[in-house]
Amino acid sequence: MIDFVQQTISGIAVGCVYGLIALGFVLIYKATEVVNFAQGELMMLGAFLSYTFIASLGLNYWLGFAACVICMAVLGMAMERLVVRPILGYPQFSIVMATIGLGMVLRALAGMFWGTDDLRIETPFSKGVVHMGPLVISADNLSIIVATALLCVILYSFFRFTRMGVAMQAVSQNMLAAYYMGIPVKKMFAAIWAISAMVATTAGILLAPITFIHANLGFLGLKAFPAAVLGGFTSIPGALAGGVIIGIVETLSGFYLPEGFKDIAAYVVLLAVLLLRPQGLFGGAALKKV
Amino acid sequence: MAFKIRTGYEGDLNLFKTPQSVASYGVLLLLLCAAPFVLGSYFLSQIVFVLIYTIVGIGLVLLSGYAGQTSIGHAAFLAIGAYTAANAAKFGVPIYIYLPAAGLLTGLVGWLVGLPALRLHGIYLAIATFAFALIVEEILARWETVTNGNEGMMVKPASVFGERLGEWGLYYLCIGVTVFVIVIAVNVIRSPTGRAFLALRDSETAARSMGVDSARYKTFAFALSAGMTGLAGVLYAHKLSFISPEMFTLALSIEFVMIIIIGGIASLRGAALGAVFMIMVDPLLVFVKDKLPALIGAITGSAMAQDKASVLLAAPGVKSLIFGLIIIFFIIYEPMGLDGRWMKIKTWFKAFPFYKPATFRRQKMYLKSERGR
Repeated sequence: MIDFVQQTISGIAVGCVYGLIALGFVLIYKATEVVNFAQGELMMLGAFLSYTFIASLGLNYWLGFAACVICMAVLGMAMERLVVRPILGYPQFSIVMATIGLGMVLRALAGMFWGTDDLRIETPFSKGVVHMGPLVISADNLSIIVATALLCVILYSFFRFTRMGVAMQAVSQNMLAAYYMGIPVKKMFAAIWAISAMVATTAGILLAPITFIHANLGFLGLKAFPAAVLGGFTSIPGALAGGVIIGIVETLSGFYLPEGFKDIAAYVVLLAVLLLRPQGLFGGAALKKV
Repeated sequence: MAFKIRTGYEGDLNLFKTPQSVASYGVLLLLLCAAPFVLGSYFLSQIVFVLIYTIVGIGLVLLSGYAGQTSIGHAAFLAIGAYTAANAAKFGVPIYIYLPAAGLLTGLVGWLVGLPALRLHGIYLAIATFAFALIVEEILARWETVTNGNEGMMVKPASVFGERLGEWGLYYLCIGVTVFVIVIAVNVIRSPTGRAFLALRDSETAARSMGVDSARYKTFAFALSAGMTGLAGVLYAHKLSFISPEMFTLALSIEFVMIIIIGGIASLRGAALGAVFMIMVDPLLVFVKDKLPALIGAITGSAMAQDKASVLLAAPGVKSLIFGLIIIFFIIYEPMGLDGRWMKIKTWFKAFPFYKPATFRRQKMYLKSERGR
């Protein structure tokens, strides 16, 4: 039993990272109806930048964190401006492939720039361990869980209560109508990509002490798809819940099922959800007017 | 778009649109058949790869370009075809039995994958196909009694009536299968099925209200596309004569999608052009890696720049960097692919001096939402 709880907790921590990446997908999809397949690569770049700022340049952890987030926000905007904006309005397939291409470019560049060795950063949480009765939770894991919950609340209220958040929702529903209503659609796009890149960076930096930083970290983004789908692809709390569920399923199947199931558990869940409840656990059925 | 003026219904029914195209495709086929007598074995095997990629590309063109369904998991279908061939060859089954069998089996799997497609569209479908591909990849690695796991398995040379199929035999087999697949694709496109595909692609709601059975045609598109890829898989296995799970990764699926993006998404000719392009990337890259550093050294006159360039070009990520840039470039600047460029050039000469770029401008849609469809 104690094994089960322990595994579940580490599953939640992993799941929170999936949830954070999924949050990036959801944000962009919610606001622009584009799915960014390069989200995992953004996370990877964030982690690499944190290495450069914190380990190489010797900045304070929090200062380095802030620097990374700002740099990545700029990069996110640049990506939107250079790659995504010229093809807006084209079929979704084109945009998906363009972001896949973007991911390949980012991964290759990161590999060239930072090399293929595993890198590591020190964080204020690296040493700590929290005891809860017989359970042991590392402070790293705890920091991920707390940060994720915090981000989720912030983003949820952003979309719910701020003018900009509501404007973004309007853009997502009908770009043209939003434009006629005086919403600066292009600026909204840039902003949402910046926010999404920032979220990805946060995920990357939080993850950096647990897994090593390497160019293939971006493939973790593929695990975030099941999370996003499970959550309904448009729901911010849904993405997080989906991530946690995927994390738990994966960890438990790695622990209890034979070897090999761990890697595909997430995708089996994904296919099952798509077959049984394509709108996800949290997505409402929306009707479309022709 | 450039339109061809039709004067009768016969024009629509013909396999070839003009007598010139009969002549040009005939010449192409003759050249391909004569190639082994002239070219060395390196070029021959490159052509075989081009043909294999063409077959997969045609499958994808039918699926994505005509039926409007996305798949980024076609490597899985190729793998199923390849492993079927490897296992059948192991037990001495002749190729004329397992080639069609592999096609049918893969088609069946494709039909099964198409079933979720009934409820999914756009991005969800892309994600579902890629999840399917990842699961297949894992099964290949784990199902050791059949696939020999990660160690991979040797593929016995194909045999026909007890005769071993050599390099030339495989070459002509590839040509035969490619022609077969192209004829099927052309026939499907000009039949009611193809028109139903187009209707489904452009508006599923409209198509359904006109009586198109969307479930039937979507699953058929998947089965057809997968079956073609399965045939390609058999040829692929025999060409490489060794297969292992790490050959059939997501990267290969993406290469397949690149074929149709580069060639032009709704064009059979584009599939062939894209395949040629994709196969040429590797030798070109080797050539560039070989020559470019020396050129840079000669221009800048410094040995340091030369060394730096050769180190950069030798980095493992160069190929994926170039692939990524190619994808982005084609999607932004040449969305109709090489075939589109070819048509533009042709139209330019035909309409000279009245060519207008707007003829080929694509309509952008800002209103359409893929949600809740």
